[in-house]
Amino acid sequence: MKKLLTGDEAVARGLYESGVSFASAYPGTPSTEILENTAQYDEIYAEWAPNEKVAVEAAIGASMSGVRSFAAMKMVGLNVAADAMFTFSYLQINGGFVFVSADDPGMHSSQDEQDNRHYAKAMKIAMFEPSDSQECLEMTKEAYHVSETYGVPVMLRMTTRICHSKSLVTEGPRQDVPPVPYVKQREKMDAVPAISKQRRYVMEEREQKLKAYAETSPFNAEEMHDTKIGIVAAGAAYMYARDVLGDRASYLKLGFTYPLPLQKIRDFAAKVDTLYVVEELDPFMEDQIHGAGIACHGRDVIPGIDELNPNIVAAAILQQQRQGVTIPDTYVVPRPPALCAGCPHRGFFYALGKRKDTVMVGDIGCYALGGSEPLNAKDLAVCMGSAFSVGHGLSHGFQMSGQKKRVVACMGDSTFFHTGINSLTDVAYNHSNTICVILDNRITGMTGHQQNPGTGYTLKGEPTTLIDIQTVVRALGIQHIRTVNPLDLQAMNEALDWAYAREDEPSVIITRWPCILKKFSPADQAEFDLSMQPCVVHTETCIGCRKCLTTGCPALRFNTQTKKSEIVASDCTGCTLCLQVCPVQAISRKGDK
Amino acid sequence: MRDVTSILLVGVGGQGTILASKILTIGLMEQGYDVKMSEVHGMSQRGGSVSTQVRFGEKVYSPIIGAGMADILVSFEEMEAARYAKFLKPAGKMVVNTTQIPSLPILSGACEYPARIIDELKKHVSVQVVDATQIAAGLGNPKGANIVLLGALVGALGLTEIDWKEIIAKTVKPAFADVNIKAFDAGLAAV
Repeated sequence: MKKLLTGDEAVARGLYESGVSFASAYPGTPSTEILENTAQYDEIYAEWAPNEKVAVEAAIGASMSGVRSFAAMKMVGLNVAADAMFTFSYLQINGGFVFVSADDPGMHSSQDEQDNRHYAKAMKIAMFEPSDSQECLEMTKEAYHVSETYGVPVMLRMTTRICHSKSLVTEGPRQDVPPVPYVKQREKMDAVPAISKQRRYVMEEREQKLKAYAETSPFNAEEMHDTKIGIVAAGAAYMYARDVLGDRASYLKLGFTYPLPLQKIRDFAAKVDTLYVVEELDPFMEDQIHGAGIACHGRDVIPGIDELNPNIVAAAILQQQRQGVTIPDTYVVPRPPALCAGCPHRGFFYALGKRKDTVMVGDIGCYALGGSEPLNAKDLAVCMGSAFSVGHGLSHGFQMSGQKKRVVACMGDSTFFHTGINSLTDVAYNHSNTICVILDNRITGMTGHQQNPGTGYTLKGEPTTLIDIQTVVRALGIQHIRTVNPLDLQAMNEALDWAYAREDEPSVIITRWPCILKKFSPADQAEFDLSMQPCVVHTETCIGCRKCLTTGCPALRFNTQTKKSEIVASDCTGCTLCLQVCPVQAISRKGDK
Repeated sequence: MRDVTSILLVGVGGQGTILASKILTIGLMEQGYDVKMSEVHGMSQRGGSVSTQVRFGEKVYSPIIGAGMADILVSFEEMEAARYAKFLKPAGKMVVNTTQIPSLPILSGACEYPARIIDELKKHVSVQVVDATQIAAGLGNPKGANIVLLGALVGALGLTEIDWKEIIAKTVKPAFADVNIKAFDAGLAAV
């Protein structure tokens, strides 16, 4: 029976059917659901790692032990894991090793738009690019075959539309794969210069063999129709081209895209009048095809910025413009994402946004939203775990150049474990006066509530060692640490005053309150008051000053008729931030006097 | 492409577009169609506007559509209908729920919710107005507007050969099957 699966679910199924034993990942949109679904199979050990480098390293170890292993990450995660991956490419593969890089063209949920196909070439590994969920399953299985046959790590390169689109999948049985017994082979597995020098030759030989595989891979196939237009495409881009052009074009659909089957492309080019390379983001295939002396169109007609869609392909190749229904802009007001009603981060951003001569460094997570109006509490952000080290550099730069600014940097609990610990180590070791704030909401929020080393639970939901953030911070040598409830504005402000007063030393504030949307653990219920009695506005007392609205809470609204604030009872979680901000005590918690 | 129907469901995070499209795609799949569905997760869920694209036919290639490609747009909220109208074919149909959910700039009083959106939409395209939120509330199931709209969509597309009640019954929790089937029927009757 067929099932409708997302690409992420289909990869998980592919891991199961391939007899994979070990899977590790750090959550990141659009790859998160791969491991969440992998964890449903009892036959596979699946875990959240603190970051992508650790996930890849753990999967490398599992592969070395002789079992099939896997790691998944969003595209920026591969930057973190690249250190391990580049070198692992030199080493012997025991159990098959496959990883997913999930790219995000159009940046639906990412801070950059990098094209990770370049990594496959730079690492001299092999790459598959599925174009629907059935291919996600089948290419996962083939990837293990290639990994073990050629002794190569294999990248399964996906994009948001492949990860999150559902299409029909036929499932198969699990294949039991006997482990490869571990044998000490230092000459193949110890990355030291003398050995790596030898392995370079092995890699080159391997790449030649992979080129031959590319030419015969069942995933690289011609589909001949009218030959005036010839299309070379992979992944979602193939689907867009096939949708638009139908039988008016012939296709060379590529599923195995590094190394490219250049002979196959040359043969196909000879059969068509005009060759187009349809690809999203960088001219990765086009540059290689041009380099092989094959004439083609690509980036000259198809833009390299933003996500592709069928209309872009229609405009580029058929010069067809599709027009939809046009409604004047005056009927549309933006609907930006916002921190949820009851989000504990709101208290921190509200308190901080009022401070003068402060430069606020953010990080990657829900708290990215602290920069939006009306909170407007953030200056900048770079990448995962960077806030404290970027803050440290800023702070030193300001001091050395005589600019009077105080730096406050924040990141979440999961981000702290990801790479924030390194960042805080720099602050402690090099005596920064950056005020470092860890927004501990007891879960990984933005990606949809994954466990992390600070929550006390594993990916499979089993209780485990809880790594206490305050203990880690103290162990790094930070002397000044305060833990506060960020929704208690007075306590939050006092903590900030206390930290600002420490002008020559590092200080850490841990804001500790659970994400209002998470499933509360018994420990959460014991520690926090989660009764969530909603707040109400007493309209006779409300003076219509709109101060409560400066918290940016989506449960609050201003009634332009009555000129009073209102609270939507069904949205309010009773966090009381608006109540604390109101200058005339017009808001109270239901049930309170 | 000629035999592919493209449906766009839009709304605001939390309105239940995902359950409605899940039931829709299961029904289409069991009827023997090739089906693809695409949605975006992550940052866009935090109270932002949400959209789900469903395409079905004998063979579907692209999981997504561009401007002017949708045969039908079902909007769970008035302003979102205007926001996504450009994805609708000029000869396409719109099903709009008469519900207004103010966005943050409106909540804060920075701007007003646009007036008479549905009147404007009707000037440009065929619009079927459904009071799905009120119909659902009338059935004692205020969260059921999504299934009312699913019923309206099925009616508008004439997909009545599929046994939707059975699909609903096996997709939702048993305790909610009856209320959802009632909501579906009410939506079907509304178009």
